[in-house]
Amino acid sequence: MCGIVGLLLKKQSLRPKLGELMVPMLIGMTERGPDSSGMAVFGSREGGERRKLSLYCADEGFNWSHLEGSVLEHLGDARFEVKANHCILSTAAEPASVRVWLATHFPTVHVLSVGRSIDLYKDVGLPSEVADRYSFKGLTGTHLVGHTRMATESAVTPENAHPYTAGEDWCLVHNGSLANPGSLRRKLEKLGARFESDCDTEGACRYIHWRLQMGESLETALEHAFEDFDGFFTFLMGTEDKLALVRDPFACKPAIVAETDDYVAIASEFRSLAHLPGVKHAQLFEPKPAEVYTWSVQ
Amino acid sequence: MVSAVKSGRVVFDLAKESLRDVNQFLHGDLSAVTAVAVENPDGANSIAVGLNAPVHVDINGHAGYYAAGMNQLATVVVHGNAGTGCAENMMSGRVEVTGFASAGAGASAHGGLLVIRGSAGLRCGISLKGGNIVVGGDVGSFSAFMAQAGNLVICGDAGDGLGDSLYEAVIYVRGQVRSLGADARIEPMTEADHATVDKLLAEAGISHSSKEFKRIASAKTLYHWNADANQTY
Repeated sequence: MCGIVGLLLKKQSLRPKLGELMVPMLIGMTERGPDSSGMAVFGSREGGERRKLSLYCADEGFNWSHLEGSVLEHLGDARFEVKANHCILSTAAEPASVRVWLATHFPTVHVLSVGRSIDLYKDVGLPSEVADRYSFKGLTGTHLVGHTRMATESAVTPENAHPYTAGEDWCLVHNGSLANPGSLRRKLEKLGARFESDCDTEGACRYIHWRLQMGESLETALEHAFEDFDGFFTFLMGTEDKLALVRDPFACKPAIVAETDDYVAIASEFRSLAHLPGVKHAQLFEPKPAEVYTWSVQ
Repeated sequence: MVSAVKSGRVVFDLAKESLRDVNQFLHGDLSAVTAVAVENPDGANSIAVGLNAPVHVDINGHAGYYAAGMNQLATVVVHGNAGTGCAENMMSGRVEVTGFASAGAGASAHGGLLVIRGSAGLRCGISLKGGNIVVGGDVGSFSAFMAQAGNLVICGDAGDGLGDSLYEAVIYVRGQVRSLGADARIEPMTEADHATVDKLLAEAGISHSSKEFKRIASAKTLYHWNADANQTY
């Protein structure tokens, strides 16, 4: 069992309150996923060649100032935003070379996400603890994808927490389990994918991203996923300007959507949506099995 | 806890009181109580489960999983939507949902009547064991799977695999069926079927005519082992 939450704010004036609206959603899913949680938020957009990299180090005593100094020395212009054992690094340097440089010089630092808009936080602990650790209440932006994890098929570690990412500005969270993550992984590794965890979800994330990279629409990519994924899933996916939701053809895992003029909110269960303003008059529905739902930022 | 019982009517507010207080009250001596209201349910799970008294409970808002599960004798009305497993394993009484109900509504119900005014999700009435279910809207796929006894009346459409591996339960559908499950077949409506459907619709307060419904029941080909069938799976 796991919990998923998603929120896309249509109303501009609510966007500074994205985190404030979301934290009770995430905490509402604690019983479904008490061991880890995470959040991908799409906020301020970098221009030009700049990208943001969300970095994580399990060592709470890690010296981020030392990393900052080294990055400035070797990669040139960069900006940093450190929260606990997490840092958002903004740089115009090419992301692949930054990854290689980090892996060489700071092997305990992991890249959680890369993109123009995405910031990603994930860690072990109760959702309320993770939310406090990374000040989720203060997050701003247009949309987000969150997850609370109850581990079933891989260990409780920060890297096995969700969301997962691949490429740039793409993330996925999963409620469910896949029975064929090994074969998915072998297939994708032959195509050049590099896996960073043991979690079945990482295969799903990289598989769908691989198909999108080949030019397929999300709908087509998911049609292939229905064929190639053996298991149960509700997936919530985020891109720079979209949220997308899909349930497996047997709809084994729950999801409910609340839509008003101001927002689209998604959760595994209604109890995570009950606090949202105007939810009593929202259009509420459960997504149909094997149907792809998308919502765009206007 | 309950502050006062006025005219046999008790109000709980789940924004202030715990679900355990509500359910423990409902499991206690209700001889002086005629009606209970639960305000601000906000999708909480397991509201009004395991009741065993002829009390009326109004849940004023959306309920979470297993609302009114294992119900006996009581009437429980969810004024909103219900999550997974609403009225699962009901033994008697009546459960009503004014909005939609999620997957597994009325699962394994042995008796009583479940009325869903909106639509029901997947696996509605799975393993039904004698209860009756009336759905005002549509039902999702695999509804009435292995249903053993009782009736499922569907005023809208049904998804895939309706009535797969049915036993003696009977399904009545007014709309379209996307596909029937293994061993389920459409049969002619008898006088007894019309009487059953009209009675259940009247009890549910839904004004369709049984003439608009078709009967789906087990062809019973799975009742006995067929050694000649292709056994390759």
